[in-house]
Amino acid sequence: MEHKRLTLFAGHYGSGKTNIAVNYAMLLAEEGKKVCIADLDIVNPYFRTKDSEKELAERGISLISSHYANTNVDLPAIPAESYRLVQDKSIYGVVDIGGDDRGAYALGRFADAIKAEGNYRMAFVINRYRPLTSTVEDTVEIMKEIEEASGIKFTCIVNNSNIGPETTRETVIDSLEFAEKVSAAVGLPIWLNTAEKSIADGISGIPILPLTLQKKYFDLPD
Amino acid sequence: MAERILMKGNEAIAEAAIRAGCLHYFGYPITPQTEIAAYMAKKMPKIGGVFLQAESEIASINMVYGAAAAGMRVMTSSSSPGISLKSEGLSYIAGSDVPALVVNVQRGGPGLGGIQPSQSDYFQATKGGGHGDYRMIVLAPASVQEMASLTIKGFDLADKYCVTTMLLADGTIGQMMEPITFEDAEPTVYEKPWALTGTECKRPHNIVNSLYLKPDELEKKNFERFEKYAEIEKNEAMWEEYMMDDAEICVVAFGIASRIAKNAVAEARKEGIKVGLIRPITLWPFPTEVLKAAADKVKSFISVELSMGQMIEDVKLATECKRPVSLCNRTGGMIPTPEEVLSAIHKAEKGEF
Repeated sequence: MEHKRLTLFAGHYGSGKTNIAVNYAMLLAEEGKKVCIADLDIVNPYFRTKDSEKELAERGISLISSHYANTNVDLPAIPAESYRLVQDKSIYGVVDIGGDDRGAYALGRFADAIKAEGNYRMAFVINRYRPLTSTVEDTVEIMKEIEEASGIKFTCIVNNSNIGPETTRETVIDSLEFAEKVSAAVGLPIWLNTAEKSIADGISGIPILPLTLQKKYFDLPD
Repeated sequence: MAERILMKGNEAIAEAAIRAGCLHYFGYPITPQTEIAAYMAKKMPKIGGVFLQAESEIASINMVYGAAAAGMRVMTSSSSPGISLKSEGLSYIAGSDVPALVVNVQRGGPGLGGIQPSQSDYFQATKGGGHGDYRMIVLAPASVQEMASLTIKGFDLADKYCVTTMLLADGTIGQMMEPITFEDAEPTVYEKPWALTGTECKRPHNIVNSLYLKPDELEKKNFERFEKYAEIEKNEAMWEEYMMDDAEICVVAFGIASRIAKNAVAEARKEGIKVGLIRPITLWPFPTEVLKAAADKVKSFISVELSMGQMIEDVKLATECKRPVSLCNRTGGMIPTPEEVLSAIHKAEKGEF
């Protein structure tokens, strides 16, 4: 797989950006790259990249995260170190951008530098099993809103369609048709398909990123 | 069967409300329930509904009061501190006998507290909160699916009895994602001949009001209202029983605590301990009868709560203190683990309280 120096993941909240960003950063680290992952989520105080702090540190991946992440201080803040993403060109940067257009404003501060360097991939993460991105029209609307807020156009799509613990290989395969329709509607290629690693084998076609999901405190019965 | 979709608890409430025919939402943002407002903001303009972010919680609950008086299906949502602000309006709505749905996705308190989940607004929801003699129907969802189904049920109950239904959720269920299904069903429509819809000079005008300056009239109104509440208590209590048939220990828990308790009960059963769970789905009316009956069969009760122990008082009342009731709790935004509940079950088995 060919990598850009900066990989930006954005999309509707709950589309799976954080899990994908963490797994992609780990993939880069496995390939021997010097990796930095940045959590630019200014919207949601829960479910942060920082939840994977230990796993990232074990792999030598540096983490840029708000000083307020996981402190329960519900403040939209991004740390000054975020400039490392655009200034330190020796690193491979993976950026987890917060939900929807409101979250994407945080990226706008870096948009000019990112575009000037021109070595980036801006990936739109979609999950067709989420209610506000279940039609092509609604999905495209959210995509346009994020582009407007961030000042950066998407370059590709990541299909992360899943229904949580009930996801099967078929769930993923069935979603490809939808991803292709979105792809055709906006004229962007599907870069990656994702699936939890135990079901990732046997899904052919688009390159697949097998995911190790962030751990839960405990599972709940029905 | 309809398709499975992956939803956050907060989104499920919003989508269910729309499917229940609610076209009027008034709110003010607060973590951990803001996704409800965000969902409404996105959807309402597309379906001809109203999403309005008011200048405060107090304004939003009074907008709910107004829309309810006009006969609309209407809702607001907030989290603990915001519900305190809405309490005056809740009392006025109750005193005017108009129906509304109010959602509380609870967080840790008191005061500004914190943004992690809690169940410590149980007293506020079930015993009043606002001033005066009044009740609200209080529903306690324990899954994302129930966030949806109880929202729809909540609107129906509110319209049926002209009361406020409060959906008492918590930050965990509000934030977590689970696959759910929406059944294709048309919303039930209730006649509202009392609503302020304009007389067109064809009927006497309606009045929606909570002001009664003559005490005998106010007393009469309160007596009438409590006859209605008695009907609700008789007809609408809901609960779930799990492994209660031969149980000697009864765990009582609602909402997210019941999901955790279920893990512990299943684990204790593997160890051969005869333990079951009663999960109140309505917190008011409290499922008194089932607990009263259980008190004749089990040796003790354990109330599992994300509070300093609030529902435990209703458990003691319902069981008429016939059996010991112990408390297994965390508070302030902390959640008991299944292991903590299991060790409370071990203690109860040994007769330690």
